Amino acid sequence: MLELQQLYKTYATGDTALRDVSFVVPRGQVMGLIGPSGAGKSTLIRCINRLVDPSAGRILLGDTDLAQVGRSELRRQRRRIGMIFQEYALVERLTVMENVLSGRLGYVPFWRSFTRRFPGRDIENAYRLLDRVGLLEHADKRADALSGGQRQRVGIARALAQEPALLLVDEPTASLDPKTSRQIMRLIIEVCDERDLPAIVNIHDVPLAQQFMHRIVGLRAGEVVFDGTPAALDEAVLGDIYGAEDWTAMRREHEEDQAAEADATRRVAEVAR
Amino acid sequence: MSLETTYPTRWRRPPRMLRDRRWRFVVQGAVLAYLVLAMGSLDIEWSRVVEGLARGQRFVEGFLQPDFTSRWSDIRQGLIESLTMTLTATVVGVLISVPIGIGGARNLVPAPVYGICRTIIAVSRSLQEIIIAIFLVAMFGFGPLAGFVTLSFASIGFIAKLLADDIEEIDPRQVEAIRATGAGWWQVLHYAIQPQVMPRLIGLSLYRLDINFRESAVIGIVGAGGIGATLNTAIDRYEYDSAGAILLIVIVIVMLAEYGSSYLRRFLQ
Repeated sequence: MLELQQLYKTYATGDTALRDVSFVVPRGQVMGLIGPSGAGKSTLIRCINRLVDPSAGRILLGDTDLAQVGRSELRRQRRRIGMIFQEYALVERLTVMENVLSGRLGYVPFWRSFTRRFPGRDIENAYRLLDRVGLLEHADKRADALSGGQRQRVGIARALAQEPALLLVDEPTASLDPKTSRQIMRLIIEVCDERDLPAIVNIHDVPLAQQFMHRIVGLRAGEVVFDGTPAALDEAVLGDIYGAEDWTAMRREHEEDQAAEADATRRVAEVAR
Repeated sequence: MSLETTYPTRWRRPPRMLRDRRWRFVVQGAVLAYLVLAMGSLDIEWSRVVEGLARGQRFVEGFLQPDFTSRWSDIRQGLIESLTMTLTATVVGVLISVPIGIGGARNLVPAPVYGICRTIIAVSRSLQEIIIAIFLVAMFGFGPLAGFVTLSFASIGFIAKLLADDIEEIDPRQVEAIRATGAGWWQVLHYAIQPQVMPRLIGLSLYRLDINFRESAVIGIVGAGGIGATLNTAIDRYEYDSAGAILLIVIVIVMLAEYGSSYLRRFLQ
């Protein structure tokens, strides 16, 4: 279980990215974080594993306050927090297997990771995860030889290799096409359900969030302006989060996208016939 | 509403530095006058130039009829010395410059370490090979030891600087991702940074290997051993045919190194 209490973040430039953010994510819940760009979504999830240091507040994962831990304890805590990135952030020149095993770096001493002698249990688990995300036969390929969707699957396997107690997901589908986006999102939901894993998913695609998330939190200018079920996310709330004009424009864009996609599907079907 | 604005049809790039025409004229005139006076002060002795041309002709003739055989044992020894010096100096140089290059990357280390490493790089780069060689020959005496130390020292500045600059330009997201797994500093270095800069480091080392070979021919002239010493002896004895042979060998070896390294680098990408 993750609990944020009155979290603040002010950057050295004086910009306030987060203001009095508090919420609880119970086990097994996948929470979507929506909001316009610059609302602080990215800062919020980076505060949780301290890639960004919060200015004030508490971040409780189990009994530990992540905002207070020192350097070596921070390393130990980061092992428990898996992170999935927007542009996959795989180490491109390493093999798929090495990328998955890099999820174990916090658990093994330097010499073992340096010589690639990971414990047998870790390797077995890495193969199991690759099989789970459907990439077993790609284990020895270099990460940059894979497609976008496949790379994100490796990213998911890497995060799960940490055997995390929490999953942080930063715009997992931003660089993927709509169909692959839904597959990736479904995979994330499934692995969280299988492991009873809480997750926070930054997502800019509102319809996708409504389709998959258990719960949605809306951020605007660093403040929580909505916290509820996807069903409760109506036009008025979205207008409040994104600003009425921007939301109307976004919705129109989405409808056009969907129309175009439906049109493309229909044409492909016609050609196939 | 026939109030049409007329726009100019001519445009000239505005001067950047001296906006006043008269000042531009004065400055340009002064530069020209200085150039003329400076040329006038060069003391050119035309008879000496003609004599030199004759020597130059002998040199070119020697080049066209290179003599590999009469001084072969000297050439062979010089070559072996040069190649040994080049290889050992490159290896030692790379070994020393990797930690310095890592320390010189602002995104990896605290400011004091960065300052120290960049200073070492600046010192190594500011001293030209020949100057170091003259100094070290005075210190260690004639011979390849001075050459080896010179080339090692010069390699440090070159490789450490380019490696440090390369590390500063890596993709930070990969580093962030590895750090987020709970990896320690050494593990981040090994898993997120090394894979990104390794091909470049190997490319730089191979490039430095052939620079070092060429430099070994030059620093030999000031007494640091190797093929340069042999070349210097040949020129001192007016044996231009042997000197031509040496230069041809140097050219061939540099060409081989060039083709060899581009062949190797193709595998590394």
